[in-house]
Amino acid sequence: MKILKIPKGDLDLFVSVLPAFGELYAPVRRGSGYAFDRPVTWSDVELTYSRTILPPRKLFLPPREETFRFDPQAGFRDRLDEAATKRVLFGVHAYDIYGLNILDRVFAQGKFPDPYYLARRQNTAIIGIDSEPDDRHFARSMNADFVDSGFDLFLSDIGDAFLVLVGTSRGDDMAVMSGCLLDEPTEADFAEYKRRSSARRAAYRTHVELGDLPEILEMEYHSQVWEELGARCLSCGSCSMVCPTCYCFDVSDEVGLGTRAGSRVRSWDSCLFKSHALVAGGENFRHSRASRIKFRFYHKQRGFVAEYGRPSCVGCGRCAAACPAGIDITTVIRMIRGQGDAHPDRPAPVGA
Amino acid sequence: MRTQTAPRPSAPSVENPYLPHLARITRIHRMVPDNYLFQLRFADEGLVERWTHRPGQFVELSVIGTGEAPISISSSPTRRGILEFCIRRAGRTTNALYRLPTNALVGIRGPYGNGFPIEEMEGNDLLIVAGGLGMAPLRSLLWYALDRRERFGTVTLMYGARTPAHMLFRDELVSLANVEAINTLLTVDADPTGTWAHHIGLPPELFKKVELDPKRTYAAVVGPPVFYKFILKELLDRNFSKDRILMSLERRMKCGVGKCGHCSVGYKYTCIHGPVFTYWDAINLPEIV
Repeated sequence: MKILKIPKGDLDLFVSVLPAFGELYAPVRRGSGYAFDRPVTWSDVELTYSRTILPPRKLFLPPREETFRFDPQAGFRDRLDEAATKRVLFGVHAYDIYGLNILDRVFAQGKFPDPYYLARRQNTAIIGIDSEPDDRHFARSMNADFVDSGFDLFLSDIGDAFLVLVGTSRGDDMAVMSGCLLDEPTEADFAEYKRRSSARRAAYRTHVELGDLPEILEMEYHSQVWEELGARCLSCGSCSMVCPTCYCFDVSDEVGLGTRAGSRVRSWDSCLFKSHALVAGGENFRHSRASRIKFRFYHKQRGFVAEYGRPSCVGCGRCAAACPAGIDITTVIRMIRGQGDAHPDRPAPVGA
Repeated sequence: MRTQTAPRPSAPSVENPYLPHLARITRIHRMVPDNYLFQLRFADEGLVERWTHRPGQFVELSVIGTGEAPISISSSPTRRGILEFCIRRAGRTTNALYRLPTNALVGIRGPYGNGFPIEEMEGNDLLIVAGGLGMAPLRSLLWYALDRRERFGTVTLMYGARTPAHMLFRDELVSLANVEAINTLLTVDADPTGTWAHHIGLPPELFKKVELDPKRTYAAVVGPPVFYKFILKELLDRNFSKDRILMSLERRMKCGVGKCGHCSVGYKYTCIHGPVFTYWDAINLPEIV
């Protein structure tokens, strides 16, 4: 992989070439948290942030998306044009890039790639940036604290400069277009990168053990833990809305007044919602709240492992931060491992 | 983590798996109240020719302006150009379908799901066991086996419905009772009209009327949950191997292509890994029946 470096002072100059590659999205302040949005000026961009409220998924699988326009006689016409906008997503943490790589396995690969997702993925350049973990991050346990693909460029702080990993030819074009801003790194730069990266690994304070988790989940399928969680869960779906790897969606047809023409719309859904496994005729395969929260954990930590070889979790800590009932996945894993208190005295949930 | 990370997605010129193809309702057969048989034909003649499916697969049917619903295919791929769906009036989309007249246009995409493992089943005896609406997906397999009769050993159909009036494809199946190529065993729980000439009683009783060789038989079983309970007992009592018992599940297959998440059962998506599962798969999946 090509590796370059850029002095921190030149970053704003480098960013000035990015509009040639698409509309810029970057982490900006949003209330007490952060969000990926269009910055008005470069100074709005927060290079050091804990986590955004919503993960970058929203830019690839929008909360609400028109997939087709239809007419009863003419049939269906797709709205792929919406997905053709070129964008540059700047400042994405490693675990969030990992989240997109996981979504790729469902939406970009296999027998039925999703053309809307593919187009947005194709048309969006990604520039990653390294990050310091806080108490809620457990990305190291989920093997998602470093990525080696899924970005065009990845910036790592080495003091007065960023080391720049060039992941794609589009990333290389960005470096070339910025003229002589990017430079060859030295041995000393690599040494500093190694020192900081091992310090960052050591900085993780929250850990879960993944090793035999699928087997333990098999054993604990009838555990009382799920009933206790079901009694606390509000079925609000916040955990899935803020999850980088949740992707359930609902589809509905919307028609105007006095016409049979309209749009087919897909929108985010959650397996915590009561209607998720409801079928026509009234049968509901996950009627109880306990069965739904159990399903979410089993899908992410057991089912996804069986299908794709790893959990669909990157350890970003957003679900725990968003849960109004204070349900924390790391505590749940400790509970089913028999290591935790089933009734932990939870602190009040804090903002992202 | 240095493992099978995703490659850069390739060109987005892939086929749109969500695009419904227009099809015309050519015939509505009011078979059973709230269980009509709809015959459809694609508007695009090329698609009529190209279309093929496996018995046990399903489609997503669009009633334009109302929505989509997963519907199992009741016709056999051996009958080219014919697409039949036995559709129960149950939800918003199917209610809207029942309001459409012959010649109206609907949308169809698919076929989806694994279907029955035909290649594996051929060369063996075939036992089809249907309960109630379970006949809808099994009719495709039934006609496949009758049209490719030489590829199977003995073929047996057991079908139970509440009353003769509730029996799907009744005339067709009754006419099979005198056909030598298939051993047709029909039963009803009760016969209020007193005109039923076949068995009266619960479906498990039909097992007393046949000799089965579990070593060389595949059993395809579809019906309501309580039906599975009794039929599975009959099969297991006869030492059927768990992977020679095939069942088809009904879930909320919204997208049909393994994305939307609604049809998941335990760790699997019914639309991709199913809807046909072996009994062995089934007992290894939580929440399956």
